[in-house]
Amino acid sequence: MTANGWFQILFYLLVIFLITKPLGIFMTRVFNREKTFLDFLLRPIEKLVYRLTGVDESREMPWTEYTIAMLLFSGVSMTLLYLIERTQRWLPLNPQKFGNVDPPLAFGTAASFTTNTNWQAYSGESTMTYLTQMAGLSYHNFVSAAVGIVLAIVVIRGIARRETENLGNFWVDATRCLLWVLLPFCLVGALVLVSQGVVQNFRPYTTVDLIQPYTAEVTGADGKTATQTVTQQIIAQGPVASQEAIKEFGTNGGGFFNANSAHPFENPTPFSNFFELVLIFAIPSGLTYTLGRMTGSQRHGWAVWAAMAFLFLAGVTAAYWAEASGNPLLAGTDQRATAFASGGNMEGKEVRFGIANSALFATVTTDASCGAVNAQHDSFTPLGGMVPLINIMLGEVVFGGVGAGLYGMFVFVVLAVFIAGLMVGRTPEYLGKKIESYDVKMAMLAVLILTFTILCFSAIAVVKPYGLAGISNPGPHGLTQILYAYVSSTGNNGSAFGGLHANTLWYNTTTAAAQLLGRFFMIIPIMAIAGSLAKKKIVPGSAGTFPVTGSLFSGLLVSTVLIVGALTFFPALSLGPILEHLLMHAGKVF
Amino acid sequence: MDPVSEITEIRKKTLMDSTILSRAIVDSFRKLEPRTMAKNPVMFVVEVAAVLTTVQLIWNSLHHAEQIGFGLQITLWLWFTVLFANFAEAMAEGRGKAQADTLRKARAETQARRLRGDAGIETVLSSKLRAGDVVVVSAGEFIPGDGEVIEGVASVDESAITGESAPVIRESGGDRSAVTGGTRVLSDEIKVRITSNPGETFLDRMIKLVEGAARQKTPNEIALNILLAGLTIIFLLAVVTLQPFAVYSGAPQNIFVLVSLLVCLIPTTIGGLLSAIGIAGMDRLIQRNVIAMSGRAVEASGDVDVLLLDKTGTITLGNRAATQFYPAPGIAETYLADAAQLASLADETPEGRSIVVLAKERYNLRGRDLAAHAANFIPFSAQTRMSGVDIDGREIRKGAPAAIARFVSPGGNDVPAELKTCVEEISNSGGTPLLVAENRRVLGAIALTDIVKGGMRERFEHLRAMGIRTMMITGDNPLTAAAIARQAGVDDFLAEARPEDKMALIKREQAKGKLVAMTGDGTNDAPALAQADVGVAMNTGTQAAKEAGNMVDLDSNPTKLIEIVEIGKQLLITRGALTTFSVANDVAKYFAIIPAMFAGAFPVLEVLNIMRLRTPESAILSAVIFNALIIIALIPLALRGVRYRPVGAAALLQRNLLIYGVGGIIAPFVGIKLIDMLLPYLGLA
Repeated sequence: MTANGWFQILFYLLVIFLITKPLGIFMTRVFNREKTFLDFLLRPIEKLVYRLTGVDESREMPWTEYTIAMLLFSGVSMTLLYLIERTQRWLPLNPQKFGNVDPPLAFGTAASFTTNTNWQAYSGESTMTYLTQMAGLSYHNFVSAAVGIVLAIVVIRGIARRETENLGNFWVDATRCLLWVLLPFCLVGALVLVSQGVVQNFRPYTTVDLIQPYTAEVTGADGKTATQTVTQQIIAQGPVASQEAIKEFGTNGGGFFNANSAHPFENPTPFSNFFELVLIFAIPSGLTYTLGRMTGSQRHGWAVWAAMAFLFLAGVTAAYWAEASGNPLLAGTDQRATAFASGGNMEGKEVRFGIANSALFATVTTDASCGAVNAQHDSFTPLGGMVPLINIMLGEVVFGGVGAGLYGMFVFVVLAVFIAGLMVGRTPEYLGKKIESYDVKMAMLAVLILTFTILCFSAIAVVKPYGLAGISNPGPHGLTQILYAYVSSTGNNGSAFGGLHANTLWYNTTTAAAQLLGRFFMIIPIMAIAGSLAKKKIVPGSAGTFPVTGSLFSGLLVSTVLIVGALTFFPALSLGPILEHLLMHAGKVF
Repeated sequence: MDPVSEITEIRKKTLMDSTILSRAIVDSFRKLEPRTMAKNPVMFVVEVAAVLTTVQLIWNSLHHAEQIGFGLQITLWLWFTVLFANFAEAMAEGRGKAQADTLRKARAETQARRLRGDAGIETVLSSKLRAGDVVVVSAGEFIPGDGEVIEGVASVDESAITGESAPVIRESGGDRSAVTGGTRVLSDEIKVRITSNPGETFLDRMIKLVEGAARQKTPNEIALNILLAGLTIIFLLAVVTLQPFAVYSGAPQNIFVLVSLLVCLIPTTIGGLLSAIGIAGMDRLIQRNVIAMSGRAVEASGDVDVLLLDKTGTITLGNRAATQFYPAPGIAETYLADAAQLASLADETPEGRSIVVLAKERYNLRGRDLAAHAANFIPFSAQTRMSGVDIDGREIRKGAPAAIARFVSPGGNDVPAELKTCVEEISNSGGTPLLVAENRRVLGAIALTDIVKGGMRERFEHLRAMGIRTMMITGDNPLTAAAIARQAGVDDFLAEARPEDKMALIKREQAKGKLVAMTGDGTNDAPALAQADVGVAMNTGTQAAKEAGNMVDLDSNPTKLIEIVEIGKQLLITRGALTTFSVANDVAKYFAIIPAMFAGAFPVLEVLNIMRLRTPESAILSAVIFNALIIIALIPLALRGVRYRPVGAAALLQRNLLIYGVGGIIAPFVGIKLIDMLLPYLGLA
């Protein structure tokens, strides 16, 4: 680990801290339908949208109607994407003449993008046409992010409002989220990325001559080796920048190219790398401020932020340390960091990012449910690779996905308040709302669905031939590959550990099922809690009220996340990355 | 043994009393019945697990003999875990059951003399009485059922219920008309209108309550049970899916090991003690002579935000007392005190006595033998509104300022201006002024003031620290009320309160989301008692009040409301503390069992064995034994309750998190290691 590396990590956290308040205030104003500086431009568009769709913007919905509207919207969007994928061959913007996407992959991808997972069992540049990328995938990047954000807003309203069934109007919230929050920021973001060299065009792929042709030995199908000289390279093109900004800002993570943010056209410079990292945490971090502002307890918002920041730092420290320590089996080589060598474990990492920025990216992308990658997590050291895995297992509540992180953390807040709240001698209260059996039931249901989905699919995959067929390394590493696939799917992260051959009927269908369960079956109980809280009275605070501010609460929240979130997976982890790490130190690798 | 001493005996009984203990041991086996167990999801899972290992053990011993010793020990300890949890519950019920037995004796069938429609009297069995019947009860007889005295006055021995041996007066009309079935009339004869049907009497309800038969889960307990059931399912998933992972890794596990891991992970500590904590909370109230009609009420008392306290009897002593003499200009204070004392010597009212006492304390003036002076007492009358004495030619009177002014005016005298101001000041500061005059000349004033009970200010401060607002209810005028409120240190007051004002106040506070507690005894308190979240009726009160409240204080001590709140809080804290402890325990258990499971196949995993437990068998056994013994070890805490301190929530949380959260993480590391070290000496593993 180097001082420079640490400086970059801490500087990143500082920038996140600084943008939290302005973004939080902006989002509060947007969703409270107060005046913003963009109104002159966007308000007429908004009104037009409502007129065209027949939405009554003054009508509010109870949680059930809100949820049904959200489910319908997601269902229709998902079907649309599936249809585009299945017919892309005949549609415009297909310079590379790609065929239609196969049904299992098309279904898996549709589920993946609808659920904000962006798990990709395909290579974008060799599968999807420009139209599919833009109208299909980018569209979902926007709307699935909007769905996540508005659900978090509903949860906040549930806490803040009293004795009401009304939690807002899904269509209005989603429209405002798209118009005010996602589109303007992504427009600017895309331009910033273009300035760094991210491409934005509809050109067919470019074939170029190599400056330095190279000769390689190739083993043919008949088993004979022949030498082949490569003189040309095909460079994929496309409308990348417009998809890149929302990929991070909406914590989607689905890359235009297979190499994702490791590809020079997605993430060309150290600055673009830093900028993309900031985009990932921007909304999730800002929402903690919105939480504080809307509920009237800014200190609570910051307490949640602090718990998240602590877990982030713990993760990034572990990952950075593990990667910088390098591989003990290469004891003969010099793995120290110098001015000219990054040192540590550089397998699967881009030289232009190095150890610190790869560890930081891996931590950030899995803390949030983003899933964009700038390095191959499969090539991390066992412990370094365990950090992303644990981050997702915790439920991606460390800032988390846009909206999803906050409402996921909300479940842990409810549990923490309930378990420890009794210890102050009152019925547990969260910001004046009593936490009662219905709320506990729904919170436990949300945790259960997550655990059930991850553990059951993984358990089947590790003993059945169709599951085992996917792994590329035996032993504990293979277990980690399978575990990561279901953890990433259920957590709607979408990052791939890599190494798992996931484009099979079993993995396409089960990961899609995991994504849908992990998204929508989590959302329903959480919305139920929001609905239940909104109906309650607010008990005014007193000296006897459970404190949800300050370091004590942050510490409690961190412990609850770790004990309830991570302990469940400890047995699986000990047979996966922990065992692999120990075996590696004993000289055995897989 | 007579019922009085028996009840006091039971209250004093320690937990380790042999009769309670032996009954609890029998009960812990009786509670193994699956339908009973199923009410407690966590312990039910342990019981099913124990059955599973038992079956496997039998199968193993019939087919092959490997791991019989280990399997047997695990199986036994699983059964112990279930039994220990049952034992905790049985212990908590123990004292209540013993008390119920005694109460049952008081309920024994008696003969009742019922008034017939034609005014004749017929003798019927007490169990044949219905609400509305009127019975006659004479000295020496048991009152056959709950009712209202409609005629007569009697002294009644209520010790069978309250444990208090001093007889109490019960009379028709007013607020002391309620009598309870099973109590005995000591003197005189009363007519009682029966108000309850057989099986629904106060005694019946009390028996059910102390026995726990009527016990229903309280809202928080239900929520906690859901949490525990949820955690149990999560850990069940973790353990069930662990086997495929283990198979994949080439290290499949046997059923004893998997079941051990499961039982150690699910929250058995709190699961085993949860109902004991609830029962013990009710029991603690009963020990303080408070009968809660539902567990819900006990829990609600912990949540109370506002306490409504009647001024008289709760905050202040029942009567006003003289606190200061104010002589008129030109009169010595001693002279005034002497005159006042003389005027009050024959005055038997508490106010009168307090004047005698004050004079004695301040000026060492003794009561004199008035007979020697041929004194003539003038008793208080509604017309003159004065009392006094004619002695040695002195005509001394004391009374309300207006009355004394009228008394002195024929002599051409008036109340001096200084004294008028003084009288006003006394009124303004919440006191009652009296004037003393001799031979139609005003000597001075006496201030009678409310005496705030000792220690009330501190108690209110404690309540404030806990976030509870206290509100004094009084019929006094706002000025007087404000003065007493300030003196007692209550947060707020309601002056010139009528019953309907009290009701409106409760509703107003409840609309703000607050929970309100109050005490009351009169019939006009009944609606407010019913509306309040916690309504404590005094046992001396009317039947209507007792019906309306959700608790009855047998000692009829309104100040006890504060203790009730503390017991409610203590109940919730104990539950939260043990839940936190139970969940925190899991960390250590993982570090004991996971390496033990896989270190055989992968010796490198031995580094996770941070406790350095000797062998895999010993590690697993130690964890299971710790898991079982911790239940026994925590029974006293569960029954006694976590110590409660009147501090703010933040301080309380910090302290309890440290003890039960951090302590809960550390304790099992130490405990499991110790058991692991001890096992070889016991020859167990």
